[in-house]
Amino acid sequence: MPALAALASGFREAWADPAFRGELDALLRDYVGRPTPLYMARRLAAETGLAHVLLKREDLAHTGAHKVNNTLGQCLLAHRMGKRRVIAETGAGQHGVATATTAALLGLECSVFMGVEDIRRQALNVYKMRLLGAEVVPVSDGAGTLANAVTAALRHWVERVEDTFYVLGSALGPHPYPLIVRELQSVIGEEILQQLAERGMTVRDVDAVAACVGGGSNAIGTFHPFLREVPVGERPLLVGAEAGGEGVDTPRHGASMTRGEPGVLHGHYSYLLQDEAGNPLEAHSISAGLDYPGVGPEHAYLRDAGLVRYEPVTDAEALEAFALLCRTEGIIPAVESSHALALLPRLAEELGPRATVVVTVSGRGDKDIDVVREAGLGAD
Amino acid sequence: MPTDAAEARRAGGAGAPGGLRRGFPAGRAALVTYLMAGYPDRERSLAALRAAAAAGADVVEIGVPFSDPLADGPVIQQAAEEARRAAGGPFGLAETIALAAEFLGEEGCDGPPVALMTYLNPMLRLGLAETARRAVAAGVSGFIVPDMPFDAAGMWLEAAEGLDTVLLAAPTSTPERLARIGAESSGFVYCVSSLGVTGERSELSEELAGYVRRVKAATDLPVAVGFGVGTPDQACAVARVADGVVVGSAIVRLQEDAAAVAAFVGSLAEAVRGARQRCP
Repeated sequence: MPALAALASGFREAWADPAFRGELDALLRDYVGRPTPLYMARRLAAETGLAHVLLKREDLAHTGAHKVNNTLGQCLLAHRMGKRRVIAETGAGQHGVATATTAALLGLECSVFMGVEDIRRQALNVYKMRLLGAEVVPVSDGAGTLANAVTAALRHWVERVEDTFYVLGSALGPHPYPLIVRELQSVIGEEILQQLAERGMTVRDVDAVAACVGGGSNAIGTFHPFLREVPVGERPLLVGAEAGGEGVDTPRHGASMTRGEPGVLHGHYSYLLQDEAGNPLEAHSISAGLDYPGVGPEHAYLRDAGLVRYEPVTDAEALEAFALLCRTEGIIPAVESSHALALLPRLAEELGPRATVVVTVSGRGDKDIDVVREAGLGAD
Repeated sequence: MPTDAAEARRAGGAGAPGGLRRGFPAGRAALVTYLMAGYPDRERSLAALRAAAAAGADVVEIGVPFSDPLADGPVIQQAAEEARRAAGGPFGLAETIALAAEFLGEEGCDGPPVALMTYLNPMLRLGLAETARRAVAAGVSGFIVPDMPFDAAGMWLEAAEGLDTVLLAAPTSTPERLARIGAESSGFVYCVSSLGVTGERSELSEELAGYVRRVKAATDLPVAVGFGVGTPDQACAVARVADGVVVGSAIVRLQEDAAAVAAFVGSLAEAVRGARQRCP
């Protein structure tokens, strides 16, 4: 608790400090490559039956995903708070790579906790982390996936709290993490609003904004500026896609908001997939990044308040959307992001052929090539 | 500042026949033993509980098997997994309360008071009021919930009438937090001896005495020290400065064999009882 209190005040002070914000903004521009483009995907729009589809290209950020926005901010904060060592957890490996990257940039020692099953599935990212100078710590508890890695990282942090900063990878965990991650990722939605204006569009020209939700960091970063700055009557429909796995009527999915019950895990109260005794269940998704039995607590609030709609997308639908973006636009998206892309045909049906939809492509799909090849894509 | 409700809870816990404070005798430190419910199976966990009580445990903590035990080290984590596997069906808080009822039924009111150690989510799942109702009916005296900081304990404390709620102090707790932990806790205050998870350590922190003094200054409840105490010598050293010594992983390690539990708890009890004279 004292560590969390110190983190909360450390972040509050840094966020109010123009020097900190200036350093972060300069690195986001020159190192990460922001702003990432808002790209008008004409062939994808035509294929999905929509007037316009705008892709927010987080896949073009350094390290290939939105994750770096968060790790850069947190590593700068660690540096400012006098910590010489950072730890992180990772599922798909994107957050681990992003943490290892920004730790290298700032000269911080870095250890990344990763489930043994994910180490097997994401060998390339494990190798990248090691090249970047990070230690990868295998976690063999439970299913050896993301939730176990989070538990192991939290336990380790408690032991080494004096010299170690925990770079948490999504908008979840104990306060202030959901707040910190939301603020750092809000750059996504802020740029979308600005880029719409630069195109001569207003927010009224957008009918829906979609993003995928595991823990929910890219989605909260996409949605929050719309919730904060756009009055309810003018706000587009905000939709989050969660992992439907093999279907929400099977035991193999990660749809905590569709099928979960309120519960506490890793220091936050939110929707949670759990058994009758209150043990968190193993989540399943074709995408390691959505393979978490809970969801960030602010998403639970936004759902209950009716401010954002959440829908499950199955593995099969995500693969179809993956293939569609590759063929129509020459962009290979992360399988996580493909869940958000899979909402496009549904939104076309609901909103009609004149509708404009913005989708956050949270990351690129290089890391998923083996998974989609095993699933049979591109075989013929 | 302690609230009226907190005062009433503490008064109730201290004086009620089921209160954990009953396990802290005057003039010497208490031995608090932690055992995992259902490990290695239900029958043998019950036998180990009986063995610990007969060998001199003053307070018995019963751990609830949980899949993501954030505060526990490998021994307790593996025991929890094994307990859930051995049950072949649900084995969580409800089953642990039933086990405690059976244990307490045999021990009667002369046996050591029982505290359940569980994480918050199993309590939320069963329902806070239902958890408290069943625990009181079983004769359980209190709860220790390592992932429930007192800032978030309000709903449970309201539901937990008639039960003690033991709050945890850490070496990093600020004086302000220690004051609130001391005021809001009931039964005893659990001092986490060092940073990190449960499990034996070769060296106990040298600053332990000073830390225990700081906690004792913040409360008039007994102060027990746990996390890392694994041998009679260590238990003896802790018993010289604290009102209670909690031993967990080192006992759970032996839980398959009730005779081994009896022998080990016996040696711990002897060390704790003799501590105020001298340590071996």
